[in-house]
Amino acid sequence: MTKTINLTLKVWRQKNSQAKGNLETYSAKNISTDMSFLEMMDVVNETLILEGKDPITFDHDCREGICGMCGAVVNGRAHGPEKGTTLCQLHMRHFSDGDVVVVEPFRSRAFKVLKDLMVDRSGLDQIIQAGGYVSVNTGGAQDANAIPVPQKIADKAMDAAECIGCGACVASCPNASAMLFVGAKVSQLALLPQGKPEAKERVVSMISKMDELGFGNCSNERECEAECPKNISIENIARLNREFIKAGVK
Amino acid sequence: MSLNSNIPEGPLHEKWDRHKFKLKLVNPANKRKYTVLVVGSGLAGASASASLAELGYNVKTFCMQDSPRRAHSIAAQGGINAAKNYQNDGDSVQRLFYDTIKGGDFRAREANVYRLAQISSNIIDQCVAQGVPFAREYGGLLANRSFGGAQVSRTFYARGQTGQQLLLGAYGALSRQIAAKKVTMFTRRDMLELVLVDGKAKGIITRNLITGEIEKHVGDAVVLATGGYGNVFFLSTNAMACNVSAAMRAYKKGAFFANPCYTQIHPTCIPVHGDYQSKLTLMSESLRNDGRVWVPKNPGDKRKPNEIPDQDRFYFLEEKYPSFGNLVPRDVASRNAKEQCDAGRGVGETGYAVYLDFKEAIARDGEDVIKRKYGNLFAMYEKITADNPYKTPMMIYPASHYAMGGLWVDYNLMSNVPGLFVLGEANFSDHGANRLGASALMQGLADGYFIIPYTIGGYLAGEGSSTVSVTDSAFGEAAAQVEQTMDTLLSIKGKRTCDDIHRELGKILWDYCGMARNDEGLEKAKHLVNDLRKEFWTNVTVPGSKSELNQSLEKAGRVAEFLDFADLLLEDASSRKESCGSHLNEAYQTEENEARRDDENFTYVAAWGYAGKEKKAQLNKEPLVFENVTLSQRSYK
Repeated sequence: MTKTINLTLKVWRQKNSQAKGNLETYSAKNISTDMSFLEMMDVVNETLILEGKDPITFDHDCREGICGMCGAVVNGRAHGPEKGTTLCQLHMRHFSDGDVVVVEPFRSRAFKVLKDLMVDRSGLDQIIQAGGYVSVNTGGAQDANAIPVPQKIADKAMDAAECIGCGACVASCPNASAMLFVGAKVSQLALLPQGKPEAKERVVSMISKMDELGFGNCSNERECEAECPKNISIENIARLNREFIKAGVK
Repeated sequence: MSLNSNIPEGPLHEKWDRHKFKLKLVNPANKRKYTVLVVGSGLAGASASASLAELGYNVKTFCMQDSPRRAHSIAAQGGINAAKNYQNDGDSVQRLFYDTIKGGDFRAREANVYRLAQISSNIIDQCVAQGVPFAREYGGLLANRSFGGAQVSRTFYARGQTGQQLLLGAYGALSRQIAAKKVTMFTRRDMLELVLVDGKAKGIITRNLITGEIEKHVGDAVVLATGGYGNVFFLSTNAMACNVSAAMRAYKKGAFFANPCYTQIHPTCIPVHGDYQSKLTLMSESLRNDGRVWVPKNPGDKRKPNEIPDQDRFYFLEEKYPSFGNLVPRDVASRNAKEQCDAGRGVGETGYAVYLDFKEAIARDGEDVIKRKYGNLFAMYEKITADNPYKTPMMIYPASHYAMGGLWVDYNLMSNVPGLFVLGEANFSDHGANRLGASALMQGLADGYFIIPYTIGGYLAGEGSSTVSVTDSAFGEAAAQVEQTMDTLLSIKGKRTCDDIHRELGKILWDYCGMARNDEGLEKAKHLVNDLRKEFWTNVTVPGSKSELNQSLEKAGRVAEFLDFADLLLEDASSRKESCGSHLNEAYQTEENEARRDDENFTYVAAWGYAGKEKKAQLNKEPLVFENVTLSQRSYK
């Protein structure tokens, strides 16, 4: 049943990437518990705009948990307290009347804050550009059923391919590592026959790009897996390590 | 103005081959002399960018999100059709073609739809080669399911995330060309103006959404792959930023807008739950395979669903359509739900919802079977509503989902403005008055991977590489216009927010130009929209400045274009004095309340031309000629 709650928000405000930021306090009043977290933010922003103030900038788009655009650290956790949930799919019924909620951007050396809660995640695109694909031009592909792929393998590849590239893994890792993100893409393509010819070059190239961009290394904290909104398993990091070692063996 | 669709001569199945042979080619060494601007990075934009770059063209690609992987194609759930006939169940190019033409209620071009069906198989081959992890059978071959009422199993899928996986495949191909420096990627850009030089599309004006900088880009051709206009209704299944601005800028520069009144309303979405609601979430229509749709028989019955006995329930789809029951097409299911709610039988807090009940299916097949089929959907529903659909019926209601209408294009996917190509949902070409399930992904990728790479060459070869530069006066004028619009928006400093006005616009259109329309309501809506536009330009408030990251300013520009587009939508709906597919004018129904077409007078594409500010758009007609199919009345009784 719908009810309403009142919250106190402490939100990271930062004018641009050069400016110094700070936490500002806002009250969110009469928030329906059926709202999503981002709808609650919309309500706060509407009030700020009408008061002639600068609304809180945050990234968002599909609001159904698949585009990977939204994300913030809520009370110390990437995408908030619910397991396997993006921020847009987090509902206010998981909060209580009178709660103080701290909202900060995804933090990492590789994710520059652009404004308020919006960060620059283009590093993730650059890692994909370093080899996160199969090199095949349009046209000339053989019949789709020419190479059978065991269902188990296809399912594992799909488990990895579910990554939405939101960067929560990086934000929750004490080393700001992108190993889960890289591991997911390397796994998907290393598992499938179509990805095997380039497997060695791919893993080396993607890892070195990740290092170059300032992402940290993995020290098995498992925070990424715990906070991943798509429940991507760290099994993919293990596979990434295996692929990397294999690539070094001549 | 006469519209030349440039449909090739010859029998239907030979048209595309003949046309490809006739198209002029650009010498491989010369391709690098041409620059193509691609706006949008969804299935159509990403696949076009990658494919054109692979051929050797220089490509500049623009998207409004922080990464090309975020485009809204990513949210498509169900699947992608292809006439592979892997299941040996009688599918063929001819059958996919016929199903699509009929599903579109005979308001699409035969030649375009046939080509789409022909290309469909290549798309699956291409995607598998890219490493798209489609669902497979135990033997390792690709799995299929039947979808959207099709009688054959031709839909390929990757769990409930087919759009995501196909988009990531195209994004991979695009990323490879970015690494090869054949594509320059511009993220976080809004296209704010199309630039014409001597009547031809030669560039665009963009705004860098981070810095606010206005940028000029020159190209030999411009490709718009900017998606649909479903967000004109404010609440829709589209992503928040989906907008019609690029298409409207092109329209105001002379490109025709075709069939805007064909808007698809999807029957199975999670209902609106409050005034703050920002978007609606689609639940795959596969749910209707096992769910029974009902409302309480007596208006105002407030009992809990499980307390209402069978004799007090009205299974309206099963009773009205005994042979198709709950599986009637999207437009029919949507209209009937609305009809029941309008009669006071709606359920939920707002009264705008109907039940979708799995009790009988669970009793028949067991909870395990239902969980295996729909587990992820049930979990998603519970996450959003906090109701458990295994125990209590789901509540659903129709929502704006897809735009069949779009910019007019010929067989080459070029608009009436030379050099301006339009792909995917942004064009009008293949779905007629109603789109079938799992056909949107097919069309976006067909356009981008397999049509534009050929047809753009035909245009560029005839054109020669451009001598235009950003110093050309057309660019300066366009940029000045863009700056002026932003200054105006920022200077109004009224009392209403963009969202507030957009929400009101959405409600007007939903009430008077949604699932069912009538002449009186459409006229009323025209006045309301007119008043609202005045309200917007005198009473909107946009904080901040234009030389910084300003999400309110981005929104304001989009709402301004939606307000103008609303006129076009209403004009098209009121001029089409018939019902067809998704467009139902209440005055034109069969005795059984089905859409009644008027083939004698309305078998045409309505292509609207811009006549100037505050002037009525001009109607151009492209007659539709059917040589290979017989027009018939749809019936689902």
